[in-house]
Amino acid sequence: MSKLTPVLSAHWDEKDSFTIEAYTRHGGYGASKKALAMDPDAVIQMVKDSGLRGRGGAGFPTGMKWGFIPQGDDKDHYLVVNADESEPGTCKDTPLLMANPHVLIEGCIIACHAIRAKRAFIYIRGEVTHVVRRVNAAIADAYKAGHLGNGIDVTLHIGAGAYICGEETALLDSLEGFRGQPRLRPPFPAIAGLYARPTVVNNVESIASVPAIIANGAEWYQSMGTEKSKGATLYSLSGHVNNPGQFEAPLGITLREILELAGGVRTGHKLKFWTPGGSSTPLFTDAHLDIPLDYEGVSAAGSMLGTKALQIFDETTCVVRAVLRWTEFYKHESCGKCTPCREGTWWLVQILRDLENGTGTEADLEKLLDLCDNIMGRSFCALGDGATSPITSSIKYFRDEYIAHLTNGACPFDPVKSTLFTGAVS
Amino acid sequence: MALDRELMQTIIKRYPRSRSAIMPLLHYVQSVSGYVTNEGIETISELLEIETAEVSAVATFYTQYKRKPVGEYHVGVCTNTLCAVMGGDAIFASLKDHLGIENDGVTADGKVSLEHIECNAACDYAPVVMANWEFYDNQTVESAKALVDGARAGNPPAPTRGPSRLVTYKEASAVLAGLDDGLAREGVQAGEPTLLGLKLSKEGK
Amino acid sequence: MTTTQGSAVAVELITVVIDGFEVSVPKGTLVIRAAEKLGIQIPRFCDHPLLDPVGACRQCLVDIEINGRAFPKPQASCTIPVEPNMIVKTQLTSPVADKAQQGVMELLLGNHPLDCPVCDKGGECPLQNQAMSNGRADARLDGYKRVFEKPIAISSSVLLDRERCVLCARCTRFSAQIASDPFITLNERGALQQVGIYENDPFKSYFSGNTVQICPVGALTGTSYRFRARPFDLVSTPSACEHCASGCDMRTDVRRGKTLRRLAGDDPSVNEEWNCDKGRWAFKYVTALDRLTQPLVRNSEGELVAASWPEALAAAAAGLKGKRAAVLTGGRVTTEDAYGYAKFARIALGTNDIDYRARVTSDEERDFLAAHVAGSATTYRDIDTADHVALIAFEPEEESPIVFLRINKQFKKRGLKVTAVATKRSIAMDKLKAEFIKVAPGAESAAVSTLALTAKSIILVGERASESAGLFSAVASLAAKTGAKVAYIPRRAGERGALEAGALGNVLPGGRPVADAAARVDIAAAWGVSSLPAEPGRTTTEILAALASGSLDAVVVGGVDTHDLHHGSEALAALKKSFVISLEIAPSSVTAVADVVLPVAAITEKSGSFLNWEGRARAFDSAVADSHNRSDVRILSMLADALGNPISLGTVTAAAREFNQLGKWDGARVAMNTVSPASTPSVSGSDAILTSWRRLLDMGTLQKGEDNLAGTRRPTVAVVSPKRAAAMGVNSGDQVRVSNAHGSITIPVLVEDIHDDAVWIPRNSFASQALVALDAVHGEVVTVVKA
Repeated sequence: MSKLTPVLSAHWDEKDSFTIEAYTRHGGYGASKKALAMDPDAVIQMVKDSGLRGRGGAGFPTGMKWGFIPQGDDKDHYLVVNADESEPGTCKDTPLLMANPHVLIEGCIIACHAIRAKRAFIYIRGEVTHVVRRVNAAIADAYKAGHLGNGIDVTLHIGAGAYICGEETALLDSLEGFRGQPRLRPPFPAIAGLYARPTVVNNVESIASVPAIIANGAEWYQSMGTEKSKGATLYSLSGHVNNPGQFEAPLGITLREILELAGGVRTGHKLKFWTPGGSSTPLFTDAHLDIPLDYEGVSAAGSMLGTKALQIFDETTCVVRAVLRWTEFYKHESCGKCTPCREGTWWLVQILRDLENGTGTEADLEKLLDLCDNIMGRSFCALGDGATSPITSSIKYFRDEYIAHLTNGACPFDPVKSTLFTGAVS
Repeated sequence: MALDRELMQTIIKRYPRSRSAIMPLLHYVQSVSGYVTNEGIETISELLEIETAEVSAVATFYTQYKRKPVGEYHVGVCTNTLCAVMGGDAIFASLKDHLGIENDGVTADGKVSLEHIECNAACDYAPVVMANWEFYDNQTVESAKALVDGARAGNPPAPTRGPSRLVTYKEASAVLAGLDDGLAREGVQAGEPTLLGLKLSKEGK
Repeated sequence: MTTTQGSAVAVELITVVIDGFEVSVPKGTLVIRAAEKLGIQIPRFCDHPLLDPVGACRQCLVDIEINGRAFPKPQASCTIPVEPNMIVKTQLTSPVADKAQQGVMELLLGNHPLDCPVCDKGGECPLQNQAMSNGRADARLDGYKRVFEKPIAISSSVLLDRERCVLCARCTRFSAQIASDPFITLNERGALQQVGIYENDPFKSYFSGNTVQICPVGALTGTSYRFRARPFDLVSTPSACEHCASGCDMRTDVRRGKTLRRLAGDDPSVNEEWNCDKGRWAFKYVTALDRLTQPLVRNSEGELVAASWPEALAAAAAGLKGKRAAVLTGGRVTTEDAYGYAKFARIALGTNDIDYRARVTSDEERDFLAAHVAGSATTYRDIDTADHVALIAFEPEEESPIVFLRINKQFKKRGLKVTAVATKRSIAMDKLKAEFIKVAPGAESAAVSTLALTAKSIILVGERASESAGLFSAVASLAAKTGAKVAYIPRRAGERGALEAGALGNVLPGGRPVADAAARVDIAAAWGVSSLPAEPGRTTTEILAALASGSLDAVVVGGVDTHDLHHGSEALAALKKSFVISLEIAPSSVTAVADVVLPVAAITEKSGSFLNWEGRARAFDSAVADSHNRSDVRILSMLADALGNPISLGTVTAAAREFNQLGKWDGARVAMNTVSPASTPSVSGSDAILTSWRRLLDMGTLQKGEDNLAGTRRPTVAVVSPKRAAAMGVNSGDQVRVSNAHGSITIPVLVEDIHDDAVWIPRNSFASQALVALDAVHGEVVTVVKA
């Protein structure tokens, strides 16, 4: 039996999978019809029972989040879908939306019904023109077919290049027309979110998982996964592997199993380090191949499941270079609001550059770790914390390699060797 | 081309509160002028009844809003870690050399601008290059050069996962302003890596 | 636990333990402020008690546990309200908090230029001070720092050195939250984030100087103070603002006898910690004006020549002796000086002919002042608790900026309802989302009588109500009908004090009616005279007419300029033919025609007090210790001596003591005569009804020499309605000519929301001095054509 359980991806191989015709051909919009006939509380209960947890990284139980929305108040409620997928390594929502935007729209209808919202916003990152076309067309088609516009509206909002807008309160500020900087909490979005109204912010994959749960029942969903991490999810394998791609599997599968399916690490090479859930999740090494990739398993091993973005790097990759580049990313994407993240990333980059080019000292390593200690848990939001993850975890596993740069007076790696194609000049 | 205030009003009407429209309006300004002009900022300020400073505060926060003109084809090479390691750095270096411009530079003919970009959510297609925010997957130095050469000659290759022709920067910006260009049905539904798991499962693996 | 404070409002107290000490504070108090109550100073930058918490700088991190459960990481004490069973450990008792704070401080200093030796903030800099108290001794960050072009002028008044900025966002939050002027914002992102303006729109906020004052580093500096002084070379004196009736508490910083800067003082009841740019930056007039330094007497050739004090006083006394004389004081003199003028008129001149209103006035206004304003006590606190504020003939942002800030605070906090009866929409109305009841100039009173107010409402009426017949009567009857409180808000700082001091023809000190015999006896007894003149005095207009007709011979004038008066040239002619004694700080239109000129001290050179619009005393000391200039009251006392009718007010202190001992009148007020509205003229074609008032920043005498400040004035425009603009064939920006038989003004037009029959022009702005050029006031017909 296959270890894979394509649900979201079940019909992606059909050429017209993104059309409303293809979606309805496979029973699409049946779940929303069913849900709309149910009591909203029953829908919430069903999602709670399914064990679905947030697929955007934090893993918060989706049904519980919906349950936080005050019921019976006379305020507008909003659903906001976080499609700002920007965490390095993360590449699941983008292909999902390109291949089947309707499943998200149907999920929005169900979620809006459950939380008594009349309007959903889909906040999609701006750097994916064709995905924007597909989602916009799907919304238009859903209106034409009468799935939308009868009490529930969906509005597409397109970002403009800011990783921080994946943070839910920054996303809300951005959607309200401000600079996308995180808000002080409390109040939490469930009480005062978009336009200070009760708001649920969910990841694309979380909402897209809902129609199948409604259609097949909570028990069906619960039957997949592990004790506390229920259901199936998209694992995105990338990097030095023979066959990268999307693998929809029950939570708890291991990297070893996925690598086997993918034809293994690049032929002739071996696994050096990898991220379990994007660059903000502490690195793993070949010692972690058998960790169950569920929320608890990864956490117990000292990292986070995050977005299940499995970025694989083989032994040709300089970990210092990799970490420097991620750190440059955090510096570029720091929103600037708080001191530790804004200023910290500025200095982390400089120290890492010295370390990579061999001009640093061993004392710089300690300085780097101490700076990370002063950023981690001191920043306004998790971006600053995330910036420290690759640094502290890489020093934990590869301190010798950092030292080698210093003793060598330069990076001992040849970047050409980690390049996929030939012809690159070192 | 002048800003179409009526069209801008329809964008504003998408939202319960007008200020929310600031981002699509900025994309729209780029679709008309190729970048965020002062006229654009002042017009948005007027339509949304907020101060110009509040508009420029937003316009300068987001990387995609450009305060000076970019090329007709804006090429972004992903140099975030994974793409960089797998070839993005080599591609970016060779394009700079090939075009004779630096990061954020524009060729003298105004056809191509170059930027190193962050992770674009296509890691299973690394190394990735974006042109006007359309996907060019599994790039090499040669394919990337062919892309920019084609762009300068006025016939860029079609995106890997996108419409059958590469639209211009302004045309793409209109899509990002939420305007329909009728091309949604063009192009593949997914690339091979996207379908890999599904294929394996059907093979019983 | 609850307690009561002042009034009967119960405040719930919460007890927390901070560094082992218990402290009880009102519910909602932030941890950082609860710690302050114990004397524990947690370092901070973005925190400001009057701004919404933001938690951005992360300098104030402390360890917190509640009900035995500790937060996993240090928390920003500026964002967390106290809770029961909370235990807080600051840097004093928690090594984790201490390291967190040191870590943040290190990062703040990392990109800071450390150019303290050349920075204006050096010596009074929160970053410098807290780096000493809570930072590391050594720097570890030795790479390259962020650099920016410096400084950039974000307005003519404010300079920005971005590399010094710690991005606490106090300035941008002030501008957005307090002033509702979001002209400065955070721009760019991450390490490149920076405060800035939109390139074509400078930071032209009336309140911009506050951002300089609350900047915790030297990033924002005032253009006129930059590189002028070190804080430790300055001598600071508490003072009060002389520019308007808001009554700001101030601080004046002087070095070697020269005022170098003024700052907003902290008075929670009045200006909180803010002031306006005029109050902050308009002080050079003291030195910029061609100050009078010695007395002048007109000789037989008709020239003003220098004289000694005894000569001048003798000449003045001789000119007054046996003459029918009156007193005109401007609205800028202190309460003590006004009291001196009031007593001088009654005792030295034996007349009630005194009026402090050197502006456009009405008899109706004087009745209203005596009946409803003298002795009244409506305050800023009443705005805080009002359910509705009505603005009548009053533009708070232009005419009393701190009143605007207070209304705005309540609007932001609880959506306070504001209604404005006016001829023209204003920027302040937009900010306050005010209901705008648009009327033709002169038609205000009809609209006022329809306002739906309650006993919790407050009517703020400006002095300009005197320009619309029947308006004060309408306000009085609206208040009587609804129970709403009334506050009369004059523009000038000295007006309320002058009213209470009796520098008006129908009231004696303490609001005592001249017409009331008992009131006269009261004051006569206090002053040690047998009686006081019983005949109510003449108004400014009547005094000038009497001088012109010859029924008055002489006048003592203090701080009046004829260009502030309606028919100023006629007033000047009247003065010319009379015996004039002028008490002034600098040459003026009045000193030019005076027979005796007596130089007096400017505000920074003397002590005294103002009563702000609330009637609250705002006392100040001389900021310049070695001034030889004398306060008006001292000179009047000498003059009274020379006349042989002493008023015995040799010092400001004596005047203050005597005035305060008189107390307020507790008897009946003279009822106000109700005045009917005049009919508004009907206009057609290019005729329009003029409406006009002063802007905060304009050609005012006390703004002389402040070119930087002048750069932030609002543009001079003539405002017409879209309908009129269409009829005229003009668009905003086109030149128009506003004219009458007297003269004309040609300025750009602004098409805006104004009554179709009206045209608005600024009253005293560059190229638009309505009183001088047109000699026309609100309600008069003028012609408006495309120029």
